[in-house]
Amino acid sequence: MVAGLLLLGAGMLFGLTGAMQYIRPGFLKEALSFEKTRPLHVSSVVFWIIFGAVGTMTTYLQQYTGKKLYSHLLFQLQLLLFSAAVLAILVSYFFGVFGGREYWEFNPVLAIPIVLGWLLFLFNFIKSIESFKSQPVYIWMWLTGLFFFLFTFLESYLWIFPYFRNNIINDMTVQWKSYGSMVGAWNMLIYGSSIFLMEKISGNKDYSRSKIAFALYFTGLFNLMFNWGHHIYTLPTYPFIKHISYAVSMTELVIFGRILFKWQSTVSDARKLFHQTAYRFLVAADVWVFLSLGLAILMSIPAINVYTHGTHITVAHTMGTTIGINSFLLLAFAFDLLYDSCRPFSMLKNRLRLGYWITNISLFIFWISLIIAGVWKARWQMSTNKIPFNEMMLQLKPCFIIILNSGILMFIGILILIFPLIKNQVLCYLDTRAKQIKNNNRNAADAYSID
Amino acid sequence: MDNFVSNSFSFTTMASDRQKNIIITLLIAAFLLYSFYLYSTLPVQRYRSSEVSDRGKMVWQRYNCISCHQIYGLGGYLGPDLTNVYSFRGKDYIKAFLMTGTPTMPNFNLSDEDMNDLISYLNNIDSSGKSDPRTFTIKPDGTIEQK
Repeated sequence: MVAGLLLLGAGMLFGLTGAMQYIRPGFLKEALSFEKTRPLHVSSVVFWIIFGAVGTMTTYLQQYTGKKLYSHLLFQLQLLLFSAAVLAILVSYFFGVFGGREYWEFNPVLAIPIVLGWLLFLFNFIKSIESFKSQPVYIWMWLTGLFFFLFTFLESYLWIFPYFRNNIINDMTVQWKSYGSMVGAWNMLIYGSSIFLMEKISGNKDYSRSKIAFALYFTGLFNLMFNWGHHIYTLPTYPFIKHISYAVSMTELVIFGRILFKWQSTVSDARKLFHQTAYRFLVAADVWVFLSLGLAILMSIPAINVYTHGTHITVAHTMGTTIGINSFLLLAFAFDLLYDSCRPFSMLKNRLRLGYWITNISLFIFWISLIIAGVWKARWQMSTNKIPFNEMMLQLKPCFIIILNSGILMFIGILILIFPLIKNQVLCYLDTRAKQIKNNNRNAADAYSID
Repeated sequence: MDNFVSNSFSFTTMASDRQKNIIITLLIAAFLLYSFYLYSTLPVQRYRSSEVSDRGKMVWQRYNCISCHQIYGLGGYLGPDLTNVYSFRGKDYIKAFLMTGTPTMPNFNLSDEDMNDLISYLNNIDSSGKSDPRTFTIKPDGTIEQK
């Protein structure tokens, strides 16, 4: 989780650099041009989600079973493989070494440690669950997410075989099939953890075993499997892919929003306060589910998608879900997991509240500005007398300035929130190490005096 | 408060393992059938890329052009969509950009071979279809069709 928080900070820094390059084209062009900045930003944020989700699941599974993981060694090995891969990936981007596709721009060789690490995690996770009978929905969601991430990650590398890349339409169909489902896979990991956290807060274990919870889970899984075609409505591929996607696309966020809203109404005030900061982020994620739901439904209708596709409205959707839902849920988990460390957070409550509101308000301004920029670009795309592309981009500059400034505020808000978490963990680790060394010295002194 | 909580959870009938196993087996089977059907009957059997344009695709990936440009509206937004740039602007126009860069786009100092391969790739993409959203008509059921 700590590694994930560091990646979040780095991802935001790269994002601000990218935003600056929209306002001042040519900014850092020689050293860190946009074809480096974008993957640095995207990969940092994606690995924040993956590291955060993996760290949360590992801890929550142990809390659920009441036992340690099957193998701590395997977990350390997995962490080593992931960390080495991520470090190599980010360094390769700095040096302009690519070779992959969008979102996985790194050389395909670096996918190998990720796959190996994921296999270790999958094995360790399954062995840590003693029985698969009568398990709550979050166990199902975690296992689903684990298997489908592996499947879709491998699927995203089918382009290596000439058969799949022999035509751009074939290539992009399979590419976006994998990407669409992959996002659903890591959402399963995060949403499963959110249901576990809600269960912890409310103290009620019935919901996660109920028919309604499973009905909603299976509908989400159905979406993961079949709604990916809404990314490629304008690609001249099979029409049935698009018809299927249109039919299933609109349900998943409604379902999840329903889950969150229903849960909130049953928690008593005393229990709500118990994990105050964590709960606050669940509420924020709830609001962003509602906003993202509205936008996603509209974008999933092909007749509207033809206007929004290729515009910043797509970016607004991505940011709203990645930051507003996924990252806020991960921050809820971070505050839940790292709150009870060796040093108290109570003195920082006001500061945390400030960071929370700065982040939410700036994200909302950021989101709206992206939508406005998207609408402007959509008008340009559809106009009969198009002005040149760079003239259109100049017209969007006021939006980009607002996006950059709200992004800076968001960065400040997130730093206010994550800095105490990281600092606490570092200080706790140093305290623990100091105590160990002191004990070792005492034992050695005792052994010497006995001799 | 207790009545309120228990009433809210009146839907908490436990789901049986057998029912869940049947549903998930059916879903996974449908997904795998769908996936392998698509792999075995890929949408386009004509207009396969040549060796030259395939090398061009590798150049495209090596220099991460998708970070700034889009193909069929998918990619980065700092630069324009390049799906039909070959027929719209022509080979010489593209080559001029690749040779000099722009205030925003770096000059990647591509070799002549890389440039020709990349242009061949863009030609191959151009022959696959049109990405211009103005070429679509909207049908009453909300779907779209390309003219």
